[in-house]
Amino acid sequence: MVDVVMPQMGESIVEGTLTRWLKKPGDRVERDEPLFEISTDKVDTEIPAPAAGILKETLVEEGKTVAINTVVARIDETGDGTGAAAAPPAEAPAAPAPAPPAPPAAERPPEQPPVRTEPAPVAPPPAAAPEEPIGPLSPLVRRMAREHNIDLRQIKGTGAGGRITRQDVENYLAQREAREARPAPPPPAAAPPTPAPAPPPAAPEIAPPPPRVEAAKTRVEPMSIMRSKIAEHMVLSKRTSAHVTTVHKIDMTRVARIRARHKEEVKARYGYSLTYLPFITRAAAEALRAFPLCNASVEGNNIIYHNEINIGIAVALENGLIVPVIRNADEKNVLGLQRAIADLAARARSRQLKPDEVQGGTFSITNFGSFGSLFGTPIINQPQVAILGVGAVEKTPVVTEDDAIAIREISLIGLTFDHRLIDGAYADQFMQKVKSILQNWSEEIL
Amino acid sequence: MEYGRALELQRALVEKRKRGEIPDQLLIVEHPHVITLGRNGKPSNLLASEEVLRRAGISFFPIERGGDITYHGPGQIVGYPIFDLREWKRDVVAYVRTLEEVIIGALSDFGIAAGRLEGFTGCWVDGRKIAAIGVHISRWVTSHGFALNVTTDLSYFQYIVPCGLTKPVTSMAELGVAAPRAEVIESLTRHFALNFGIEIVKREIETEEAVWSMS
Repeated sequence: MVDVVMPQMGESIVEGTLTRWLKKPGDRVERDEPLFEISTDKVDTEIPAPAAGILKETLVEEGKTVAINTVVARIDETGDGTGAAAAPPAEAPAAPAPAPPAPPAAERPPEQPPVRTEPAPVAPPPAAAPEEPIGPLSPLVRRMAREHNIDLRQIKGTGAGGRITRQDVENYLAQREAREARPAPPPPAAAPPTPAPAPPPAAPEIAPPPPRVEAAKTRVEPMSIMRSKIAEHMVLSKRTSAHVTTVHKIDMTRVARIRARHKEEVKARYGYSLTYLPFITRAAAEALRAFPLCNASVEGNNIIYHNEINIGIAVALENGLIVPVIRNADEKNVLGLQRAIADLAARARSRQLKPDEVQGGTFSITNFGSFGSLFGTPIINQPQVAILGVGAVEKTPVVTEDDAIAIREISLIGLTFDHRLIDGAYADQFMQKVKSILQNWSEEIL
Repeated sequence: MEYGRALELQRALVEKRKRGEIPDQLLIVEHPHVITLGRNGKPSNLLASEEVLRRAGISFFPIERGGDITYHGPGQIVGYPIFDLREWKRDVVAYVRTLEEVIIGALSDFGIAAGRLEGFTGCWVDGRKIAAIGVHISRWVTSHGFALNVTTDLSYFQYIVPCGLTKPVTSMAELGVAAPRAEVIESLTRHFALNFGIEIVKREIETEEAVWSMS
């Protein structure tokens, strides 16, 4: 038995990630034939087998990182392991086979891989035969057994010398399928009735592997690339940041009035609608200037403060979302922000964004209020540390300072922040700033 | 040179190099638009469907190098060193660091201060990636290599830029350096010779493409 170890691929390297097995246990490997792959630092390296033989076992799973010199597999050099080993001699036409004449070629499908021509390492050991309960097997049969999870001991061979042929395996499979296709017995409440007399099993009393019968209760569809990318990022973000959400009730009445006053004019003059979002973006940019920790990121033990305020605006797409970025958002007025938002959203939906328009954001805003949501707890867009979630602006009865009841345009606006960096008090001060700007909106100039 | 053809050429050179029939080689080429996915790359990092790529005239190759997904195209200098590391240093990390050193050295010839970013193989200028590296090694013989953006149209990276999560890319042109391709190649080969302690003999194989023999 030869141990295969994780090799050292350089002086400073103490471990390696095994990325892929190129052979499976039971496979024959030649010396120097690539056996597995490891990955270090953007380098993939194929590692050859140190010896010829049968790959007995693999001890390290794909994707695992282990220290150098860890035993990752064992190779049986003698090549007389289990069923897998005994066959090659029998099929090497050059080797004097002790078995009855090799079965006719017709038994092998044409696509069968070419027979290895290297001589068997040792003369076919006659002693192997008695140990081999099911006789020599062709590679095809072995493969079929593996693929269909068949215990070959259940099959009676009909080939030369009791050898199991492809036909035998196919017959067995057909029988098994027929068995599995029968409706399952009604779920017994208590003591199950004695099993219905099944068709005579090919072999006695060895339970076949649990049948995999798919009922049509589900539909399987692969995720789109964007979907799986989003999934990956969301989980990564949840794992990275300590998410906390704080919600503030903000009176948007003043903004609503200004908006109502300019809506028609903006539409006529610029061709886009004036929404609440540029006002909120403007307020956020202003607040970020006062609370720079909300405009930072974490790198190791360092806090990176971003001097630019680049605000990402989440845009819902048909089957996903994307977060285009308004650069230097703090340098734009409301109309400039509205134009940027309208433009980015339109181009996001037609997939016309340039790469640097979805990069470099330092803070994000998501406006689920436009879909009727009152408030939400969004996930931070890494590597940022905060995201503003904007709820729907709704007419709401409120108690005013002089104890009257008035109708106000109220929105619940929440900040989800990364508690690694930002504490609750700081987050609430940030929100107070946003609130104060929005509630006391004074600029008549948009 | 078509990506597929370069791949074949590399494979042939690797086999010859393994058998010791040729000295180390450095293949320097430019590819038409192509996106390649490393063995351990996630297909999910490809943002566009293969259909969209086809319409945009971009081919797609899943291949056996290290690293994730990358784009190659006009305006890029792509270098494939076919080196037998047993004759240099049996150290894959040292090899990658030296590739970075070569590119950083060449860029400094043009007044660009590129550097490394801990944990992110490649060459970086102010947090933007200017050169990508992805290597495959079989029996200590290297293949694949690096891609340096000279005048690359960076908008093509959008097909592999997922939701603004990855770091941005840049090019020499974007940094305001208008360097003729031939001069950049000349500088790269000089730094190759310097850093790997080898001599380089140029051998044209097709117009504007060349295999550089090492001896």
